[in-house]
Amino acid sequence: MADRGITDRVAVVGAGCTRFGERRDAGADDLLIAAANEAAAAAGIDLADVDAFWLGTFGSGHAGTALSKPLKLDNKPVTRVENFCATGSDAFRNACYAVAAGAYDVVMAIGVEKVMDSGQAGIPFFEFFDDGTVVPHTPPGTFGYLATGYAQRHGVADADLRAAMTHVAWKNHRNGALNPRAYFQREIPKEVIDRQPLLAGKLSLLDCGGLADGAAAVVITRTEDARRYTGKPVLVKALALAAGPGTGTMDPGHDFSSFPEAVAAARSAYAQAGIRDPRAELSFAEVHDCFTITEIVLMEDLGFSARGTAWKDMVGGVFDRDGALPINPDGGLKAFGHPLGASGIRMIFESWLQLRGEAGERQIDNGRTLALTQNIGGDPGECVCLITILGT
Amino acid sequence: MAEIMAYGGYLPAHRIRRSRIGEALGTRPATGSRTVASYDEDTTTMGAEAARVALHGLPGPEEVRGLYFATADPVYLDRSNAAAVHAVLSLDPSVPAVDMCGAVRSGVGALRAGLHAGPPTLVVLSDIRAGLPGGADERDGGDGAAALVVGTDGEVVAEWIGDAARTEEFLSRWRAPGEQYSRHWEDRFVEEVHVPAGRLVLEEALKSAGLTAADVDHLVVTGASRRIAAAVRAAAGVEEHAAADDLLDSVGETGTAHLALRLAAILDRAGPGEVIALVVLTEGADALLFRTTDLLAHRRSAWPTAVQIEHSSDELSYATYVTWRGFLPREPMRRPLPPQLAAPAARRIGAWKLGLVGSRCAACDARHLPPQRVCGACRALDQMRPDPVAGVPATVSIATVDRLAWSPNPPLIYGTVDFDGGGRLQCELTDTVPDSARTGLRVRMAVRRTHSRDGVHNYYWKARPERGEQY
Repeated sequence: MADRGITDRVAVVGAGCTRFGERRDAGADDLLIAAANEAAAAAGIDLADVDAFWLGTFGSGHAGTALSKPLKLDNKPVTRVENFCATGSDAFRNACYAVAAGAYDVVMAIGVEKVMDSGQAGIPFFEFFDDGTVVPHTPPGTFGYLATGYAQRHGVADADLRAAMTHVAWKNHRNGALNPRAYFQREIPKEVIDRQPLLAGKLSLLDCGGLADGAAAVVITRTEDARRYTGKPVLVKALALAAGPGTGTMDPGHDFSSFPEAVAAARSAYAQAGIRDPRAELSFAEVHDCFTITEIVLMEDLGFSARGTAWKDMVGGVFDRDGALPINPDGGLKAFGHPLGASGIRMIFESWLQLRGEAGERQIDNGRTLALTQNIGGDPGECVCLITILGT
Repeated sequence: MAEIMAYGGYLPAHRIRRSRIGEALGTRPATGSRTVASYDEDTTTMGAEAARVALHGLPGPEEVRGLYFATADPVYLDRSNAAAVHAVLSLDPSVPAVDMCGAVRSGVGALRAGLHAGPPTLVVLSDIRAGLPGGADERDGGDGAAALVVGTDGEVVAEWIGDAARTEEFLSRWRAPGEQYSRHWEDRFVEEVHVPAGRLVLEEALKSAGLTAADVDHLVVTGASRRIAAAVRAAAGVEEHAAADDLLDSVGETGTAHLALRLAAILDRAGPGEVIALVVLTEGADALLFRTTDLLAHRRSAWPTAVQIEHSSDELSYATYVTWRGFLPREPMRRPLPPQLAAPAARRIGAWKLGLVGSRCAACDARHLPPQRVCGACRALDQMRPDPVAGVPATVSIATVDRLAWSPNPPLIYGTVDFDGGGRLQCELTDTVPDSARTGLRVRMAVRRTHSRDGVHNYYWKARPERGEQY
């Protein structure tokens, strides 16, 4: 059993990200062209200089041609990656390994999603055939299990949990208000968030991350080559992926108050990066706030709060942009928006800006040099979790 | 002579007060209520539920060697509906399952065929009676099912002691395939045919059993209005006190199923040695006579129909009722339909999908729902044995009311249920309201129609609140 990691062997030397949102002006091809060229320009290269590509998309394309065709790539290797909402970050992970292996010198990981053309509510991509035993559940419904499960396990009163979930939404919209690329760029008062009608379980519409169109891309090289492209490379400290056995919906012992996959991925990532006290050592984290309750639960699974206390820490401002450990300073899935295949790389894009001191009004300046990004893909009880740790 | 070995009835959890029909349509309000099959029920699912109740009266379902399914409202034409009932019951593949569908008389015909079959045969009768808004079928009809196990084996609850039939080609009610409702000739003409036919078959059946009208303890007349039923009783000279509860006040006339539902209701409380006369008026008349045995007191249904009525609600609104019956098309949700059914995939998991047969690890005893090959607890490969859980009570561990999810009857309510003896399943909750769908709710599993697409009706199991069943 080995989990060695590739700490400090590869670096991000360029990054780009489109504006997220209801991009009715742009197709998936347009979004890919924009993100790819912005990332290449940041690294000071042409797309022709990139040796290989990893394209992450959940449902907006199928093969490598989904990227090679719009960019008119000349027979370059392009791999399409899909791993639910960890799609973009897994494209990044595989691209990093190819560079660390020495197979290529310069690679690009790029993620895209085009969800707003469907005219339907929720994630539009579906299986075509099945055996008729699948409950037609939705992410708000199954992530709603977390709110019930968390409250039941820790004896949290409805009003207290509501206040914590409201704080997540309020905080992330407040952060997004300072982000010109975000889908939603305005603050939402807590009293507005508090009085929304329920959509699923204890969750209202304002507890949900906003599905969005968008794309993000990064250029990766070996660390020893990085300074050829940028004076401030961002090093990859850890890459950890956990795919769970999916027994949460089969095992009466599972109480929906935690993601065991996130706990496992965090353990691996912290070991790779040599982190002992993540709350004190990380400068900030970009976590998968697909729903407000998800962010609360993740604070405990990632070791930022003790079990049963994240809701108090959240309300107490620990995770605000000026708190002890800022979470989702770019607005997160909640306000930046959630183009499924792009979200993981969008988090790396924000880390690129923050760690280089280029985040403008929302710049975090706490003297620490490590950032964590994290995605959940799937449903509580049956999911994958991918964590990266980046640093200078 | 053939006999009744076991019986069971099924009535939906929903009823509508007839006064609500009058209020909605501005017509003269009628009294009482009728049962209403839920949006996810049909004659196949209700028949399967009744059969599950009946099989509780047998030492084991393996005793059943044949299955007849009758309804005037079949879910499918050109393919068997009985096969789905067979699958829900996990009967042996060597047991033939046959449909007798289309006419109300198919019900008594299936019973008669079962009584003549010899080996124990499960006779399942099921019906949904939905007429046009404002009509007599809507007001007086009811939805439900009943099942009887009949055969020539020793341990029986009632003996078949008399029989007579008469066929009359005449027009009383009719519906062409594909039509949503039946039409009727006027009741006075129907009465002119039914009353003498009913009297005649009852007299002949009594004669065949060596009995007289005075020996009848319970008279059931189905397929006719209260007035015609009373006229048949009076014409045959049966005492008024023998007129059994016609279930019209709380259930309604359930068409094909009604004779067996009423027989079940009588068997739920009859004493030993009592004579029950069934008269079914259709395109002619049938009369069947039964005599209860001493064993009946020990083999009554574990879920009597009276208990089911007690554990049902008559709060259904008229708008919901006509929506469920398809008379009020509603704006669809802005969500995609569930995927198309892949027939090979559905067949591959048939024992799970329709029989709810999970698996239990022989190495560590962990139960898996749906069945798995690799144990989720100890990771043993292919150490599983079949573990049927359809009859196992469960408790809701997590529930969600989802207003975004696709449902024919939003909001979709689902969650995880934890079974007594181990195992958890994520499934829909049905026959419940958002406020009741909470952790701790005790539930039973029920087979339902989850959705229909491309003419295919998809059946799978949902959890429903307990309704007083004693098993």
